[in-house]
Amino acid sequence: MITHGRGLRSLSLATVVFITLALALVFFYAPLDADQGFVQKIFYIHVPLSIVSLCGFILGGVMAIGHLRTGERKWDMRAYVAIHMALIFSVGALITGSIWAKASWGHWWVWNEPTLVSFLIVVLMFATYQPLRFSIEDPERQARYASVFAIVAGAFVPLNFIAVRLAQGLVHPRVLTFSGGQLPGSMRLTFTIALIGVALLYMTLWKYEMAAKNARRQTRALRRLILGEDEFRPSRRSAAPS
Amino acid sequence: MSLILAATPALPLHTAGKYVAAAYIVFVLLLLVYVAIMALRLGRTERELAELTRDVRADQQAGAHEREAEPVGAGRLTRPPEGEPGWRAEA
Repeated sequence: MITHGRGLRSLSLATVVFITLALALVFFYAPLDADQGFVQKIFYIHVPLSIVSLCGFILGGVMAIGHLRTGERKWDMRAYVAIHMALIFSVGALITGSIWAKASWGHWWVWNEPTLVSFLIVVLMFATYQPLRFSIEDPERQARYASVFAIVAGAFVPLNFIAVRLAQGLVHPRVLTFSGGQLPGSMRLTFTIALIGVALLYMTLWKYEMAAKNARRQTRALRRLILGEDEFRPSRRSAAPS
Repeated sequence: MSLILAATPALPLHTAGKYVAAAYIVFVLLLLVYVAIMALRLGRTERELAELTRDVRADQQAGAHEREAEPVGAGRLTRPPEGEPGWRAEA
């Protein structure tokens, strides 16, 4: 039996420590940005949320490969939860980014900015994942089709990222590059801690959700065992793996 | 596009503070909503488990009552299979 609750306590503690440390560094250690001033503090929550959500989408695709390779339902469940969590984080990234855009550029949204629009496309694409699952009644087919979708959409994420990087005329700043970036040391440290904190939060919530789904599945199995197949009332149709 | 950046200098602290607070509040709110939804789900699972425990206990009690009501020696004796000694009591 797989127990997803194992290690959840230590992971939760690490998350709390890193998020608290990140917040302390953001407001008491990282210097004010010379160009944007105090409003640049949004960077430390917006960018980690965006990066972690994109990685979550890719992770969902990788887990979906595991499902198609092995045929085991646990991989489908893992992919589902990874994409579900990444969607929540991406909504956070969109809202915080929109607030930052309003404060910095005077607009809630800039439609001719490739970074913003491409991120929105990725989010909208993954927003169709759950309706797709819900539209398929047979659990086997649901899992298989959803895995194919997750792999294709997951592969689209890095391609989309590279295409945006190659685009010209960006108003959205490029502070993180492979050649070292433009962040000074104190800002880089704060950002790294914030990124680790948000990544740990993602992992904690993923494990938490998996543990909850596992507990629910076991309860249903127990119910079936006690009541027997005849008296067991199947659950209503769901997008989540059964 | 670069004109937008040029036209928008750094906001003063009292104005920027509201935006920064809003962004971090959004983050906390998302977390709280998620935790609230998980709490509701946990409550549902707990209720189902309590229901199942009640059913199992009721079954066990009913079984115990049946055993108590059964008279001693009420079982039927059956002939043993070929080559095995002794008669057996069948419930």
